[in-house]
Amino acid sequence: MNIASRPKFFTTNKRGENYELKAELNSEYRGVRKDAVKKVIANMTVGKDVSGLFPDVLKNMHTEDLELKKLVYLYLMNYAKTQPELVILAVNTFVMDTNDANPLIRALAIRTMGCLRVEKIIDYLTEPLRKCLKDDNPYVRKTACLCVAKLYDLNPELALESGFVDSLKEMVSDINPMVVANAVVALSDINEASPGQEVFRVTGATLNKLLHALNECTEWGQISILTALADYKAGDIKEAEAICDRVLPRLQHANGSVVLSAIKVLMINMRLVKDANFNKNLVKKMAPPLVTLLAGPPEVQYVALRNINLILQRRSDVLSNEMRVFFCKYNDPPYVKMEKLEIMIRLCNERNVDQLLSELKEYASEVDVDFVRKSVRAIGRCAIKIEEASERCINVLLDLINTGINYVVQEAIVVIKDIFRKYPRKYEGIIPTLCENLDALDEPMAKASLIWIIGEYANHIDNADELLNGFLENFKEENAQVQLQLITATVKLFLKKPNENQEIVQQVLQTATTDCENPDIRDRAYVYWRLLSTDPQAAKNVVLSDKPPIEDEDTGVSSALLDDLIYHIGSLASVYHKPPEAFIGGKRYGADNVQKAAAEHAEEEDINAPPPQIQAAIKSNDIGNLLDLDWDAPAATESPSTSSKQPSAQDDLQDLFSSGPAQPQQTSPNPKSKANASDIMDLFGSAPAPQAAPQQPAFQQPTQSSHSPQQQPQQDLFGGDLLFDSQPAAQPNPAQQQKQKQPEKDPFADLF
Amino acid sequence: MASAVFILDLKGKVLISRNYRGDVPMSAVEKFMPLVSEAEDEQVPLPCFTHEGINYLYIKHNNLYHYFKELEEESIRDNFVIVYELMDEMMDFGYPQTTETKILQEYVLRIHFTAWKCFLETQVRPPMAVTNAVSWRSEGIKYKKNEIFLDVIESVNLLVNSNGNVLRSEVLGSVKMRCYLSGMPELRLGLNDKVMFEATGRATSSSAKAIEMEDVKFHQCVRLSRFENDRTISFIPPDGDFELMSYRLQTSVKPLIWVEAVVENYAGSRVEYMVKAKAQFKRKSSANNVEIAIPVPDDADSPKFKCSSGSVSYKPEKSCLIWKIKQFQGGKEFIMRAHFGLPSVQAAEETEKKPPINISFEIPYFTVSGIQVRYLKIVEKSGYQALPWVRYITQNGDYQMRMPDSIKSGKPVPGY
Repeated sequence: MNIASRPKFFTTNKRGENYELKAELNSEYRGVRKDAVKKVIANMTVGKDVSGLFPDVLKNMHTEDLELKKLVYLYLMNYAKTQPELVILAVNTFVMDTNDANPLIRALAIRTMGCLRVEKIIDYLTEPLRKCLKDDNPYVRKTACLCVAKLYDLNPELALESGFVDSLKEMVSDINPMVVANAVVALSDINEASPGQEVFRVTGATLNKLLHALNECTEWGQISILTALADYKAGDIKEAEAICDRVLPRLQHANGSVVLSAIKVLMINMRLVKDANFNKNLVKKMAPPLVTLLAGPPEVQYVALRNINLILQRRSDVLSNEMRVFFCKYNDPPYVKMEKLEIMIRLCNERNVDQLLSELKEYASEVDVDFVRKSVRAIGRCAIKIEEASERCINVLLDLINTGINYVVQEAIVVIKDIFRKYPRKYEGIIPTLCENLDALDEPMAKASLIWIIGEYANHIDNADELLNGFLENFKEENAQVQLQLITATVKLFLKKPNENQEIVQQVLQTATTDCENPDIRDRAYVYWRLLSTDPQAAKNVVLSDKPPIEDEDTGVSSALLDDLIYHIGSLASVYHKPPEAFIGGKRYGADNVQKAAAEHAEEEDINAPPPQIQAAIKSNDIGNLLDLDWDAPAATESPSTSSKQPSAQDDLQDLFSSGPAQPQQTSPNPKSKANASDIMDLFGSAPAPQAAPQQPAFQQPTQSSHSPQQQPQQDLFGGDLLFDSQPAAQPNPAQQQKQKQPEKDPFADLF
Repeated sequence: MASAVFILDLKGKVLISRNYRGDVPMSAVEKFMPLVSEAEDEQVPLPCFTHEGINYLYIKHNNLYHYFKELEEESIRDNFVIVYELMDEMMDFGYPQTTETKILQEYVLRIHFTAWKCFLETQVRPPMAVTNAVSWRSEGIKYKKNEIFLDVIESVNLLVNSNGNVLRSEVLGSVKMRCYLSGMPELRLGLNDKVMFEATGRATSSSAKAIEMEDVKFHQCVRLSRFENDRTISFIPPDGDFELMSYRLQTSVKPLIWVEAVVENYAGSRVEYMVKAKAQFKRKSSANNVEIAIPVPDDADSPKFKCSSGSVSYKPEKSCLIWKIKQFQGGKEFIMRAHFGLPSVQAAEETEKKPPINISFEIPYFTVSGIQVRYLKIVEKSGYQALPWVRYITQNGDYQMRMPDSIKSGKPVPGY
């Protein structure tokens, strides 16, 4: 296009512009009128209100000039809603145009009529639509197909009663593949718009037509057909195999979306196929196209990576030899790098872990702090995933600690804590190195991790008391997470070396119970206090019990959700890893309904309806997600302490210390009560290994009250309201009260 | 399906938009830029995100080679009529319809053509192609001389770690065509494809080396089921330029251009580079326009270079030096030395950036994979003869070699 020679439509900006335009629109010269319409559209494009010119623009609709006609149609689509009365005036021309000799005009007219979205003209739409559905020209028919969906969107009853939906169903057998594709698109759209009533369903008979059309229609048509095929449940193994065979060639298509849609159909049908060799062959053929998607632009790569992540969760054998493909390049955008890391960890095994470790070490020296942290974390995840490699991982982490780069050191210590949890007492040798970096720590997570390690290995660290004392000096200034760990670690230290550490434990419990405003901290301190004072053996059993091993932090989505997401490969759901209900603001989230919906939403919140994520999670039976939410903060007092059995106590510990999201994999039959009961049970419940009874140290009750030492704590804990009674100086503290009123999220679950 | 499409300028102002379904408020776009910049501040911004039930997907585009050759703010403003028309033809009710540029060009342009001449006798009709089984080619194309040009282009992606180990080496190949053929020609392309050779029992007898492509992608004109069956590449081509196929394969051949760098860093005074480049391919080929970009510290100054071939320049804006070698014959090896001054007072940065060495080149008449066009059969019912022309070229893709750690040479020597 020769841009320079064309008139500029955006430049006029004089006073009374609309008045001038009005005159020009009514000019007797065709050229002037056309330029005027262009100026109107230009104004519309930049957001000026030109709706006042509606009747004048409308006058130009009846024209032989296709370009002018298109412009007027465009104007109509934009302003029809503001002038519903006047749109009627346009109907006549529309109907005439649907009878035009030129199929382009017929299609244009029917397409535009469907877009006007004005109730009043719907009645005028039905006859032209009926005709266009039967048009000789496939271009008109394919346009009419979508118009049915538009009509259904506005008035479902009319679309059904007038038999348009049935016509669509017939058109699935049209001779023209593009028409077939659009009929399928329209039917699927209608289907989605009317949950519960199955308007359209692929049957054995339509299946063959669809598979046939697949070979001939455009790329976008192929995608819609493949999407429809995904909803078809193959009757038997043979049919599933046949579908796979017919869909397989699509993997060679240049359009990435066609490839992903084909993979979706394959993944779904593979589950029915019993023949292991058949499936193995499919898996083998799926890998190369997936790798090729990574050669695309970063946005495509991201979509591919998110989908690959899902596919690997179901079929870990895809890409099992392709880890190198996911190595990060220097100029990959951060979101691509992060996803690649996830997938590398998924693909990591004994054979390739050394390669991965050397990569991760490289990444840890980059400048993007988030990426560096995640890389360091990934090293830990390798160690947890592959036992044989844990020592090599530890060595890499030690190398990284030696770099002295502050955030690397801190992240490494957090990660090493997890490795210690997984392989207890295996790598104690490195503790001195860790402790050397004590001064470098300023992040709560890192501090808490190191404190946990000190507490856990107190009897192997000669100066554990000194180290803890170092932290205790600033106890009050520390983050709550660090405070909790300090209390626990000190108690562990005391239990392990009772004779020299009475003073320190008393001191910390005293400070925590008297000087701390955070109820969680005080509660924790009281619980320990009481445990120690009543039954040190029990305390020992509880506090020093063996922790259950931890697993990799990200084991993926729950299997129920995974089933659902496999059906959405290649769509947004597969990118978010969430079911569509979780992110689509309710079906038919019409522009006019937005405010209404917002208002309703507000009301919903008032009546305490579960937020949409929860509904979605319930729907997809995704317990993992439920546990993840802070919505229902467990009230500790409600916990059914009667059910304190061994396994649940284990779970609880896991909750207590597991970092990151709760693990969706371990679905317990009663997730909510588990979450509730968890932490308290950890503290009160009986501990597993009964160890040799140690000598009970003389444990002195602090002298904050004059009551008998044996009785007082018990009363404090169970007699009255712990939070108020136990506060020695019961000064009303508004901030504190506020905290009690709105129980925050489960404090223990986030501990580690 | 898409509810609406917006084209925004850099600041997030709407240049042009099209509401396809009327199910989201058009004002939703106003939240877009704030949401993106918020994401940039807090976390990793993603190319798609959801907010209040509305999902935003976006790409950043500087120049989109399509209908307008180059997409710029200006061209959208000046051609808004066509943009609207394109948006209308490409998508209906949020479902993509036709995105084949050839076809769009044809009928959107044709409309304008007639509009321009103000009513010629002929009326515009939708090109048959829009709904044909052959949706990418119109009928009635005529050329005086029937010719077809094939370009086989291979791009090498290479990733080498700082110890000089090859982490990844793959070839992305592409067969591009310029097709000037009349009518509706049926084409068949024969390659030295290993899978086909084996299937037809030619593997043992053939003298020519066969290649194994890991993944092949075809333009929609290629009959995929036929390829799946017997590996025949048969198609009716679109008119003009298009990419017929692309393929990917891993290679274990030596990296074509190998670069070794030794860096000596005298903190606070200077940094020195010794770079060795080697062409590791056959002597009869040579690489053209070789450019080796070596990253240097941001605060480097007063460059001095010496090289055995080519020329070196310093690009402070990119923090690198570029060594250009016009022609680099296979088997040769060149050396370059560079010397930079460093400020005596250094910023107390904890980690230095470590960008990789980037290399670009072109090797004509050569493919890494050894792919060969064995034949291209052209059959049209009018029975004309057409000659195919084939060209081969290999070039760099993402060709990166990570920088080795620099040798830290102690403290600055006073008075140096």
